[in-house]
Amino acid sequence: MHRFANPARFQRLAGAILPWSAGLTVLLSIVGLWFALVASPPDYQQSETVRIMYVHVPAAWMALFVYANLAVASAIGLVWKHPLADLAAKAMAPIGATFTGVCLITGALWGQPMWGTWWVWDARLTSVLILFFFYVGHIALTNAFDDPTRGTRAAAVLALVGVVNLPIVKFSVDWWNTLHQPASITRLDAPAIHPSMLTPLLLMALAFFGYYVTVLILRLRHEIVCRKLRALRLTQGMGAPAMVEQGGS
Amino acid sequence: MMSALALLRRDLRLALRTPGDSATVVLFFVLTAVLFPLGVGPEPNILARIAVGVIWVTALLACLLSFDRLFQLDAEDGSLDLIALAPAPLELLVLAKCVAHWLVTGLPLIIVSPVLAIFLNLPGEGYPVLLLALAIGTPTLSLIGAIGAGLTLGARRSGVLLPLLVLPLYVPVLVFGVAAIEAAVAGLPARPHLLILGGLLALSLPLAPVATAAAIRQALE
Amino acid sequence: MGDFSTWLAMGGYAAFVWPSYAITAVLLIGLLVVSLWNLRRGEAELARNDRAGRTGAPGRRDRKVPHP
Repeated sequence: MHRFANPARFQRLAGAILPWSAGLTVLLSIVGLWFALVASPPDYQQSETVRIMYVHVPAAWMALFVYANLAVASAIGLVWKHPLADLAAKAMAPIGATFTGVCLITGALWGQPMWGTWWVWDARLTSVLILFFFYVGHIALTNAFDDPTRGTRAAAVLALVGVVNLPIVKFSVDWWNTLHQPASITRLDAPAIHPSMLTPLLLMALAFFGYYVTVLILRLRHEIVCRKLRALRLTQGMGAPAMVEQGGS
Repeated sequence: MMSALALLRRDLRLALRTPGDSATVVLFFVLTAVLFPLGVGPEPNILARIAVGVIWVTALLACLLSFDRLFQLDAEDGSLDLIALAPAPLELLVLAKCVAHWLVTGLPLIIVSPVLAIFLNLPGEGYPVLLLALAIGTPTLSLIGAIGAGLTLGARRSGVLLPLLVLPLYVPVLVFGVAAIEAAVAGLPARPHLLILGGLLALSLPLAPVATAAAIRQALE
Repeated sequence: MGDFSTWLAMGGYAAFVWPSYAITAVLLIGLLVVSLWNLRRGEAELARNDRAGRTGAPGRRDRKVPHP
């Protein structure tokens, strides 16, 4: 029964957080979009395309942040065999992959007007692309087993391997990029961000964070429901209804 | 330690009994690399430019071919259970299996790589560093691949899944392996790249067996 | 109205600015909808199982079997 005790506490906590995170996400999105699309000035170099930054950069931040979360959840799941941590890791990966996908697509849409090409093998783009492959591999591995626990545990090991490997990938891609510097491109990262740009950037980042919390709670609840259903099916499948009734009477 | 050596000897004996497995990997390596001149065109300059990258990428792919059997066969006939139950730490035994894997796949790849370098018109300065970089880099490939093999043990479609997991992990080896040889071809010192390759090997030598052993323990649970 | 159309034009970069916001919205809302839909479906099935359990029938199929 203790296996269900923690999820029950989670359900109560999640029930308290969910309305706030959902409401704040909507509110922050509206205000953030207003600042991002209307109330902020165009950049003197990049003109209106700078507005892509307000979704691109928060998505990149969230892609990394979710991976950090995934790694922590995986470590907890592996070390303490905490069932909720396993499920959390499983619930996080698709959200992280989505943020990474958003980052890549908006990056391409920003690169085309700024660099004249949809894709450059820029160090950052390349490492985000590899991060995306990591997420995809994680999701595929999670779902590759008939026993879901085996899937989450294997994926947890993969996530921790990624924690060691991803910084090395980042380092090697940076190195590789300095070796093969393509014909000079204007870097996207403005050295100093004007406060008028910082406001929409931070608002959108907070909105993305609220979205992450909201969707994570929904997905985690779904995972808990699935686990309960599986437990029910197992007891039914093993011809246990008689036992259930004995226990009930 | 003795049991690790015994496992190494057993794996090598098994591999010698079926030399076809090793030969398949080498043949795949040669054939894929030979496809590049046919695809890109036979101009010596272009081939020389892409030679290093082609050799490394095909080496990565050839390596991948052999991993799905690394633990699968042992899992099927039950010897993996015995290996996991052995008094010696599983990490050490995994390391022994990686060494055996490298000896039967990595080493043959290194031996045939000069032939491919000739096919691809690699400038002469690159040859010593090519051998050196492959010698330092391919053990890392074996170690990282073992993690993937352990993780996909018992998975559905493990053959497709394994490259998906392992190839992103191979990026650093590829980058520095290619950089070392290209530096040598350009007349620059290859030492820093080779040192980083060595660093990657030094890092994966203790860490990869730990991760692989963890994956195998879960697979057998 | 002129203000609005210059805003829509995004300084000539409308073809890049608007799609990036649209794709972001589609992906994020899509994930949200899929997550919600999965949750609802799972909860509905759980509720069905609960009801089946409470009426004394062990499985949905053997509902007709008289209770011993």
